[in-house]
Amino acid sequence: MKIYLPRDAAAKALGAEAVAEALGAEAAKRGVEVTLIRTGTRGMIWLEPLLEIEIDGQRHGFGPMLPRDVPALFDDPTVHPRALGPVDDLDWMKRQTRLTFARCGVIDPLSLDDYRAHGGLSGLRRALGMTGQQIVDEVKTSGLRGRGGAGFPTGIKWQTVHDAQAPQKYIVCNADEGDSGTFADRMIMEGDPFTLIEGMIIAGLAVGATRGYVYLRSEYPDAITVMNKAVETARAAGVLGGDVLGSGRAFDMEIRTGAGAYVCGEETSLLNSLEGKRGVVRAKPPLPALEGFMGRPTVVNNVISLATVPVIFERGAQYYADFGLGRSRGTVTLQIAGNVKRGGLFETAFGITLDEAVNDLGGGTATGRPVKAVQVGGPLGAYLPASKFEAPLGYEELDAEGGLLGHAGLVVFDERADMLEMARFAMEFCAIESCGKCTPCRIGAVRGVETIDRIAQGDGAAVELLTDLCETMKEGSLCALGGFTPFPVMSALSHFPDEFATAKEAAE
Amino acid sequence: MRMDAANVAEDVLKTSTDRILSDLEGLEGPLLPILHALQDEFGFVPQQAVPLIAERLNLGKAEVAGVISFYHDFRAAPAGRRVLRVCRAEACQSMGGNELAQRLQERLGIGWGETTPDGAVTLEPVYCLGLCACAPAVQVDGDLLGRADIDRIETILSEAAR
Repeated sequence: MKIYLPRDAAAKALGAEAVAEALGAEAAKRGVEVTLIRTGTRGMIWLEPLLEIEIDGQRHGFGPMLPRDVPALFDDPTVHPRALGPVDDLDWMKRQTRLTFARCGVIDPLSLDDYRAHGGLSGLRRALGMTGQQIVDEVKTSGLRGRGGAGFPTGIKWQTVHDAQAPQKYIVCNADEGDSGTFADRMIMEGDPFTLIEGMIIAGLAVGATRGYVYLRSEYPDAITVMNKAVETARAAGVLGGDVLGSGRAFDMEIRTGAGAYVCGEETSLLNSLEGKRGVVRAKPPLPALEGFMGRPTVVNNVISLATVPVIFERGAQYYADFGLGRSRGTVTLQIAGNVKRGGLFETAFGITLDEAVNDLGGGTATGRPVKAVQVGGPLGAYLPASKFEAPLGYEELDAEGGLLGHAGLVVFDERADMLEMARFAMEFCAIESCGKCTPCRIGAVRGVETIDRIAQGDGAAVELLTDLCETMKEGSLCALGGFTPFPVMSALSHFPDEFATAKEAAE
Repeated sequence: MRMDAANVAEDVLKTSTDRILSDLEGLEGPLLPILHALQDEFGFVPQQAVPLIAERLNLGKAEVAGVISFYHDFRAAPAGRRVLRVCRAEACQSMGGNELAQRLQERLGIGWGETTPDGAVTLEPVYCLGLCACAPAVQVDGDLLGRADIDRIETILSEAAR
């Protein structure tokens, strides 16, 4: 009997280990030989732990599983109360375009053979036959933009590093996925780590870098373990090292652990942290592409950007670019989270609307109450009310609505959400996590909390002050922490003015 | 084993720190890996290690101390026997994370960053465990818990106490 069960952190948090134990015990009791393969997650978190059994070459899903549901799997699984049918036929799976996440949840994350059997390393093989400039051009043609939030064209960044002259260049992967509502980086690192490694090698070949680092946040212990093992495996197999796949080209990499500072997700503070310094933001210029890690030309890319590179080389840049909307090419990995009935990861071409993501795919709120707002793009993204739900999800399209696509995390709130409280939290979070470099962020965030407290106590005049303070933070901060904290604050204020006014009236 | 004071015997500290430094000082940007290794070994970053690190890496003592204090992860003193981290970020708030945190604080009788008087539990905020589709989320030492409620957390804590 061949059984698949995720070991993704979310599946574990929902009891996958207890299910695995029950499986072992039941198999032993019945004397049945079970091959248990631990995978990443398919991304249907509401069905986790989602167990799969191969029946006639097709994988059938069962979930969400409890240990007590295990024995019945050994009878007739097709009539099992948790039976979902073939996983690939589920609506959530069928409606996706899984390019970056094609293997996630399917393969054993640490089996290089499995990886190869599912198309892994063919992108790298193709890239090894190309010049650095040809690789950069291919990425430009694909239209790939930074998936970490800023949406900067990846190929242009690579071109700058390619053109720079230096004795050493670096590829740094930003795996400091600190935004609430985002878990795509974690999922791919735990579920298909070799695709990130392959993407980093291709980036190295493109720009002439021989060393890479993944800066991985300490809050992701499972991802750290999987990535470290994957790097060791890749090195032992000659995928990493002095002679990548026998090409004579060198590339090696290391996994580095962060230390709980949100601001280190900003690329320049990440570089400082990687160098062993306080994670304080650097002024740009110089661009990290020219003076990055250890002062050398450095590509700093998000996990999903780099993990998407292999499929671009495997299928061709044009194939990838043919998906999408406007200047947002390819696929977006939506992370539907918070107060939502069906939460998880959904990879699709850019352009689906917020309404489709939240109400159709997500099924509305988990609590069954009406949706009040969705925060798009993490703690620095705007709160969008239901009236903006027709907005298509694309970089420019959300920008036009005063929002921010960011890392494409969607956090759903029901009608009970207190928007003044959410605005206050945004300021509080900024105050806690500010690196201290820019005064508008360091001091402004503290004053922001106080000003919102004044509004809550009925001081209506403080609204103007808050607006002014947000302007100052926007204009006067070097990075997105101070610069974008005004997005959640001002969107809460402008879309839900009553909640700021009710507080005032109540006090009067 | 919990250490009751934020002090480690001088010879133990020196031997460990020297070993960690010798293992890691050759890395590019070795300071964070060194601090993590010290914390893994002692449960916190002993103050006495600062001059040793500073000398080997050719940094100022203030510089090393400044790095330690910048990051939330590095402790100046040992934590309780178990560390309970509760996510305070938005996705968890949307599913009642604030109420959960408040009830936990009341039950344990401590605030953020504090340890119960018997040394059993340290309560810490965390800003996102990446479990946003199964919120609210907490972490008890290495174990993650999604759709966490107070009863399940207390069960885990009491199992640990046995």
